[in-house]
Amino acid sequence: MSWAKRILRVNLTKGTCQEEPLNMDWAQKYLGQRGLATKYLCEEIDPRVDPLSPDNKLIIATGPLTGTAASTGGRWSVITKGALTGAIACSNSGGFFGAELKFAGWDMIIFEGKSPKPVYLLVQDDVAQLVDASGYWGRTVWETEKGLKAEHQDPQLRVASIGQAGEVGVKFAGIVNDLHRAAGRSGVGTVMGSKNLKAVAVRGTKGVQVRDPIAFMKATSEAKAVLAENAVTGEGLPAMGTQVLMNVINECGALPTRNHKDVQFAGASDISAEAMHETRRSDGKANLTRNGACFGCTIGCGRISTIDPTHYTVKDRKQYQMASGGLEYEAAWALGAANGVNDLDALTFANFICNEQGFDPISFGATVGAAMELYEMGVITTKDTGGLELTWGNAETLTTLAELTGRGEGFGAEIGLGSKLLTEKYGHPDLSMSVKGQEFPAYDARGIQGMGLTYATSNRGACHLRGYTVASEVLGIPEKTDPLSSDGKAGLVIAFQDATGAVDSAGICVFTTFAWSMDNIAPQIAAACEGDWSVEKLLEVGERIWNLERKFNMDAGFTGKDDTLPKRLLKDAAKTGPAEGKVNELGKMLPEYYALRGWTPDGVPTNDTLGRLVL
Amino acid sequence: MKYVILGAGPAGVVAAETLRKADPSGQVILVGGEDAPPYSRMAIPYLLTGKITEDGTYLRKADEYYDRLGILYKRGRAAQVDPQKSTVVLEDGQSLDYDKLLVATGATPVTPPVPGLDLKGVHHCWTLEDARAIAALAQAGSNVVLMGAGFIGCIILESLVERGVNLTVVEAEDRMISRMMDETGGDMLKRWVEAQGVYLLTSTKVTSVSEIGGSLSVSTDKAGHLPADLVVVSVGVKPNTDFLKGSGVAIDVGIEVDDRLQTSVPNIYAAGDVAQGPDFGGGFHVHAVQPTSVEHGRIAALNMAGADAKYRGSLIMNVLDTMGLVSASFGHWMGEDDVAVMLDQDDHRYTKLAFHGDHLVGALMLGRTDQIGVLRGLIQTRVRLGAWKDKLKKDPSLIAQAYVACTQG
Amino acid sequence: MEKALVLDAGKCTGCEQCEVACSMVNEGVSNPAKSRIKVFNFHDEGRFVPYTCTQCDDAWCMQACPVDAISVAPLTGAKVISNALCVGCKVCTIACPFGTVNYNPSSGKVIKCDLCGGDPACAKACPTGAITYTDAAATGYAKMKAWAQATDAGAQASA
Repeated sequence: MSWAKRILRVNLTKGTCQEEPLNMDWAQKYLGQRGLATKYLCEEIDPRVDPLSPDNKLIIATGPLTGTAASTGGRWSVITKGALTGAIACSNSGGFFGAELKFAGWDMIIFEGKSPKPVYLLVQDDVAQLVDASGYWGRTVWETEKGLKAEHQDPQLRVASIGQAGEVGVKFAGIVNDLHRAAGRSGVGTVMGSKNLKAVAVRGTKGVQVRDPIAFMKATSEAKAVLAENAVTGEGLPAMGTQVLMNVINECGALPTRNHKDVQFAGASDISAEAMHETRRSDGKANLTRNGACFGCTIGCGRISTIDPTHYTVKDRKQYQMASGGLEYEAAWALGAANGVNDLDALTFANFICNEQGFDPISFGATVGAAMELYEMGVITTKDTGGLELTWGNAETLTTLAELTGRGEGFGAEIGLGSKLLTEKYGHPDLSMSVKGQEFPAYDARGIQGMGLTYATSNRGACHLRGYTVASEVLGIPEKTDPLSSDGKAGLVIAFQDATGAVDSAGICVFTTFAWSMDNIAPQIAAACEGDWSVEKLLEVGERIWNLERKFNMDAGFTGKDDTLPKRLLKDAAKTGPAEGKVNELGKMLPEYYALRGWTPDGVPTNDTLGRLVL
Repeated sequence: MKYVILGAGPAGVVAAETLRKADPSGQVILVGGEDAPPYSRMAIPYLLTGKITEDGTYLRKADEYYDRLGILYKRGRAAQVDPQKSTVVLEDGQSLDYDKLLVATGATPVTPPVPGLDLKGVHHCWTLEDARAIAALAQAGSNVVLMGAGFIGCIILESLVERGVNLTVVEAEDRMISRMMDETGGDMLKRWVEAQGVYLLTSTKVTSVSEIGGSLSVSTDKAGHLPADLVVVSVGVKPNTDFLKGSGVAIDVGIEVDDRLQTSVPNIYAAGDVAQGPDFGGGFHVHAVQPTSVEHGRIAALNMAGADAKYRGSLIMNVLDTMGLVSASFGHWMGEDDVAVMLDQDDHRYTKLAFHGDHLVGALMLGRTDQIGVLRGLIQTRVRLGAWKDKLKKDPSLIAQAYVACTQG
Repeated sequence: MEKALVLDAGKCTGCEQCEVACSMVNEGVSNPAKSRIKVFNFHDEGRFVPYTCTQCDDAWCMQACPVDAISVAPLTGAKVISNALCVGCKVCTIACPFGTVNYNPSSGKVIKCDLCGGDPACAKACPTGAITYTDAAATGYAKMKAWAQATDAGAQASA
């Protein structure tokens, strides 16, 4: 119940698709999605494997609430060893693909090996088959999805695919589903491309059952009411999207600007949610066309945007003059503030290209920021860039680089390396604003102290979604803490990390936790699933997952030394705003964190801790 | 006002109900030719599989339905109509006066000129009586030869297979359901039924049926002799109009009617399979399908009761489930050059859309059932497709999207 | 006054909670493929359109049913399928010009919106007020009625 209790194992080398039962003992310990798939991955691959070798595996996983009536119950994840990081990768997406996989009767798909030629996986309820994808290889995500729907005469087919970025080995290529939802981070699309797997197309008509439908409808209805009545999930996110944060974070002095040289961006309001709502002169419309929801989501933070038809990016290109996935806060920051670009339509266009070609706008934008700094220093010149001027705030350079990166052409191929390899190549590794090779998202750790610890300890490299202490430090959820103080942040980060581990394993969206506590979540899982799903057990599952991910990384060769931040955040003080004069106090927080985690001073989980968590 | 309705199929029954509403004080007599309450031939295949019993085929289910509505349901068959005297004479000699007469006598199956079709063990599949005879003979393991793989042949094919008989289908045309499917669709259907163990002979004629030692032998022009315990004949139907000889009612293929469903003789109307009614695409045709019969019955009755109801024409359409593969056809799918086609042989899916200018005029659909009604909507509303024509040509599966976009904008 | 489902595409975010609620109530399982209401996603226009049976007066489905399996529910005016009587012939699925009567292969019967007996689950589940169950005179309903009339089968008759 709620779990389909079936796994599809696809051996790409042999071209086989086999059904096997879900390990229900593991499901009781890891719940589903992120946790359960991580367990499978850890059991099945050598952590030291090259992420792009056939020995790496790629798991597409849903949670027990995916496809149910629970609000936001459309989440799914990709778990693999990340191409960008070499660490455990778990990239989470929404849209409709995950629910469809559940409707077809599958909890997970485990891809292993490498196909000798490009293929896509077609799943129609119980029937799964690998199909020749030579006609789709070299095509964009958008062409692939439309093509597969037409080829199979089924507008309801749900597709997750890679674009050219995943084919040509852009290190931060993602997997895009439903045209503009993405498992975007850590290079999970690069791994998919390395396996010659172009797409997964799913149609499910079997549905998802829950253990106790009446109790479940009651629990989910009550929880939906909580979302509706909450100021963030009921008003802020539906009206403004995640972009509601742009001006807020800028005012906090925590909006990383020009590769983290600054912490405030003068152009922030030009690329904010408010700007997306403004009516433009050319066609009397706004950038924001409407808000769109993922499957089952009663929040609806998704942005659907239309670029000004007179804008340079689209005026001669009708194919981009339609509505599509608009700017979320992280993308707007990475494509905008990180490079000093304040042209809203240029950012929207670059975001379209990220979706169309399947790559992560955060890592892309941040890498462009690093390259612009190298250009400013004269380390990179127009000889390297093929004539492109990588000046701060240059919108045309940004959009050109987006297109080149997507295709792996020209200087775009260098951007496709990610900031770590790019800055190493040019001899300035300190200028990569990343942890474990993955670029920071949109919160400067000098202005929001807890996020520094979140980034440094994140198992998949720098990430806001592994412990979003911004909720507490800026928004006051569940209670307000001082963003400029590192006191008590170790405990706060751990609480967020463990709770997030459980949420990411359930099939629901972490945004619900702006309104929901675990007390709202546990009854929904308990009504849907067999077993004891108390708040305590869920937090234990979250902690178990965190430690398992940590163990994978340790076995892969990472150590406590990798739990750090770039020098810039630790040494160069913020120049303006509330955080002026501050650096991130990681050195103070990290030992406390290790101790609270039950890890050694070197950051290794002790045997006691592993034993307590049955690892 | 006294209304007489000849024929108690869907057209007749709907006409009776409509008359009752439109003229509460009028006298309504419904004359049916069979030994059962008004029933639906559409339901006979489900009777044969045992999915329903005979009462499951009845057009109206409530007890004493016709009595309670004040409709006199009468058994009988018309022998003659005399417009001068405004009377109908039934086969049993009884005479009925009318002020307004509706001819809704439907059609009867054609018996081709093949020797031996009068033998015991040879049946049409048309009436409840036929169904009872077929059910008795089509036992598990018995040999059955089905003559004709048209709509009716196909609709009973599954019932026969489900009963566990050894089935051979002999069709003179080069494909199945040639009236409602083109060659591509017919071929797909053929492969589908063959894959399920049906022996299908197309472009093959039955030359004679004979009785040898208590069972039948079916001789064909190309496939030799086929042993049979039962032969089912379904090679087409013709409108029941013989009794109108001498009445002055003009008859072409069916009874000629105008757009108010009145025949060439005042006070006599025709509806359903017997009527050659206005066609949505222009002209007048016999469209022997359930929705048309019902519309005919209603429009004819309104006019009989004194309203001025104009019929804008029937759209020929059909849906058929052949052993799980569903096919549907709408309107003018043949003869148009401007078409969109999507074919997936492996998945048994086929779509063909036929356009005329900015409009959809016809469609074929195999292997899809969801939302197919919009094909009727798209054709019959004559909605301008605009940009959606191009989208449909690229991806014909977007029919529901096109309908919603064009009509709900 | 008779109530109707009023569908306001301008408020719909395409979350499909209506489809889930519909299938939960009617099939006991979350399964949009078996939902009586459907949300169309016109991606390139950024538009979502919830769509289901209007319970139109013409009731082509009911007229076309050869075995009297579709009737008008006295309380709501909904055209409802009797599973006991439906034989699965699918004539109603081609007769309904809206495509809102659909064949369900797993039951061998057809399914359509029955307004949940007067308490539609989709309206309750809709988070944005795009689906409401209210007086029949409201606008969205009138628009669909107009198209019902445009499907000109024989319906021009004034009676």
